[in-house]
Amino acid sequence: MSPLLSFFSNIDPQRETQVSPKVALSEVDQQMRVPAIMFTTFAICWLLVGTFFAIVASFKMHSPNFLADWEFLTFGRARSAHLNAMAYGWSNNAIFGVGLWVMARLCKAQIRFSGLLIIAGIFWNVAVVIGIFGILTGGLTSIEWLEMPKQVAPLLAFSYILIGMWGILMFRYRERGHVYVSQWYILGALFWFPWLYVVAQTMILFEPARGTIQALTNWWFAHNVLGLWMTPMGLATIYYLMPKVLGRPIYSYYLSLLGFWSLALFYNWAGVHHLIGGPIPAWLISCGIVASVMMVIPVVVTAINHHMTAVGNARAVWCSPTLRFIVFGAMSYTLASFFGSWMALRDVSLVTHFTQFTVGHAHHGVYAFFAMTMFGGIYFMMPRLLAREWPSATLIKVHFWFSGLGIGMMIVGLQLGGWIQGLNLNNPDIPFVSSDPETMTVIKALVPWLFSRSVAGMLLTIGHFAFFVNFAWMLIGPRAVRYKEGPTLLGNTEGKGA
Amino acid sequence: MLAFSWSGLILSSVIQFGDLKPIALNEGETPMPIARVGVAQQGKEIYIDQGCLYCHSQQVRRKGYGADWERGWGDRQTVPRDYILQDRVLLGTSRTGPDLMTIGQRQPSADWHHLHLYNPQITSPGSIMPPFRYLYKTQKIGDAPSPNALTIPDTFPEEQPPEGYEIVPTERADQLVEYLLSLKLDYELPESRFAQ
Ligand code: HEC
Repeated sequence: MSPLLSFFSNIDPQRETQVSPKVALSEVDQQMRVPAIMFTTFAICWLLVGTFFAIVASFKMHSPNFLADWEFLTFGRARSAHLNAMAYGWSNNAIFGVGLWVMARLCKAQIRFSGLLIIAGIFWNVAVVIGIFGILTGGLTSIEWLEMPKQVAPLLAFSYILIGMWGILMFRYRERGHVYVSQWYILGALFWFPWLYVVAQTMILFEPARGTIQALTNWWFAHNVLGLWMTPMGLATIYYLMPKVLGRPIYSYYLSLLGFWSLALFYNWAGVHHLIGGPIPAWLISCGIVASVMMVIPVVVTAINHHMTAVGNARAVWCSPTLRFIVFGAMSYTLASFFGSWMALRDVSLVTHFTQFTVGHAHHGVYAFFAMTMFGGIYFMMPRLLAREWPSATLIKVHFWFSGLGIGMMIVGLQLGGWIQGLNLNNPDIPFVSSDPETMTVIKALVPWLFSRSVAGMLLTIGHFAFFVNFAWMLIGPRAVRYKEGPTLLGNTEGKGA
Repeated sequence: MLAFSWSGLILSSVIQFGDLKPIALNEGETPMPIARVGVAQQGKEIYIDQGCLYCHSQQVRRKGYGADWERGWGDRQTVPRDYILQDRVLLGTSRTGPDLMTIGQRQPSADWHHLHLYNPQITSPGSIMPPFRYLYKTQKIGDAPSPNALTIPDTFPEEQPPEGYEIVPTERADQLVEYLLSLKLDYELPESRFAQ
């Protein structure tokens, strides 16, 4: 049979499995318990650390005298500490926790030597701590998304390989049967990430490539971390949990595959759009633009698939903590991606490039889509690992509302403010600053929007604290019997509900 | 898939412009660009570890695309060859502040830069650039005031040093300013002439 054919018959959802799935799943949960809880705990701690630096950086931007005499917290360092704590701390740990757990469940493979996974995980986190400490104390590299001093790169790469290997081994020794689309996404991402990371580190920091090839490599990397690492992991989680919680199959398996392959095909060319107008050959930039526009295909396909799966189940979505977050994430994915394709057009980029619009867009993807999805994943995973329920439905609601409204406000504020900033930048009659208080300036027009980001950031902080408290309570609180009483829901499924 | 885009985007550009060389416009002139060395190069390290890049770009776009030219950020667009001798390229993707590709030409005064870095409000009221006061030290005036001491205008009483003290740049501040002054685009290349 040709590989393609066998591939399609492999994903045939109708195939029977021999073992009773329930039994096998609880066994998998048992085996993944310690590593998954460890990664999730690290992730949530990093989330708080990253939030702290985010608030510091955000305040500094509109009030430059805030903590100005502490060199280690100067704007450039605080924002980089924020980004790296969120990307390598929160996101990667969440991926290692939720992503590997989803993979383990779908593969139903025996997981042996999980001790090694735990050790690798500890090394990863130690490396991130050293890296962030390095950023704050003068090791900042000023290469976007690769700010940590290059000395930690080998440790990060090495511990990643140990961790990523687990996912690949799980897949290798998976229980025979169909391969679900989530497995494709996770497997792909597990291979893509190390490739990206090692190539980028080498070509920029260890053996710097000539001139602006560094910038090309930089954006090839930075954009692909989003598109070929976080995005597939987020989509895998959505694809796994949405049908699972709703108790109905995904709308179309073939659409999901089309989504996967078109993502794999187009996304990795797209990053160059960050260099539009820059000192890069024009044809390269055009490639980036075309690929960015083609991204509409995987996005539409995935959106249809998710929508058709969830449609008609609004009640269930609203009551399940997992689904609320996941559906929020899925909708944000669609929206953020459309924005992304649109922003890659030369005329649009002319306004949005170099402004806060891009920052807003980044949070749209990384937070409104990815982080919200991971929150949903954690809400689903933890009760199954711990055999306990979330102690407080109120805290979940607080988390959802503050995160949802906070990120909404941040995106709207930054994108409106960024658009205005971009128009002003393109108008040479508007100066950056002016000693005449009457004159309109670029900065004056921008500051109120920067304020709105700080307010939005505080809302997010409250949400994250609610999440943290609920999580810690669940983990170390007195053993609850709530599991038998059924899951924590955010409303009454029969009655009116919340 | 990734290998494909890597070869498509990066390898092909390595082949296309990976071996660009400095070039002289006319016979007998110095081939440009030339490598940055010495104090200015040390100052670049400060620029990097302070994260100036997160608010400042170093690239001039062609006349007609954006307002780079009208704002006086450069007489010509920057091209790949301008960057070939830089060990770390700092194109930047944010323009919270102005582009700095030609700041050495636009603002050639070291004193201005020191005052601005010490507290941007002194030179640029309403700026949101952070003050880098920690790159300066307050010291007792010796036999005579140091020649490089900052002259802070009287309109900023709260920034004045105490009686008998003066504010002088640390070595790092000197290096950083040296770097800023070295940022120039005062030569032409065959593929990018002035007013282009
Ligand atoms: C939070 C963003 C931010 C950071 C970080 C920042 N700047 Fe600025 N910078 C600005 C803004 C805004 C302006 C415009 C107003 C002004 O002149 O202060 C500016 C202006 C400048 C100017 C004057 C440009 C001109 O055309 O007049 C120079 C030079 C400069 N910055 C250098 C630096 C250096 C060096 C660093 C790092 C040590 C740095 N900046 C860090 C925001 C920033």
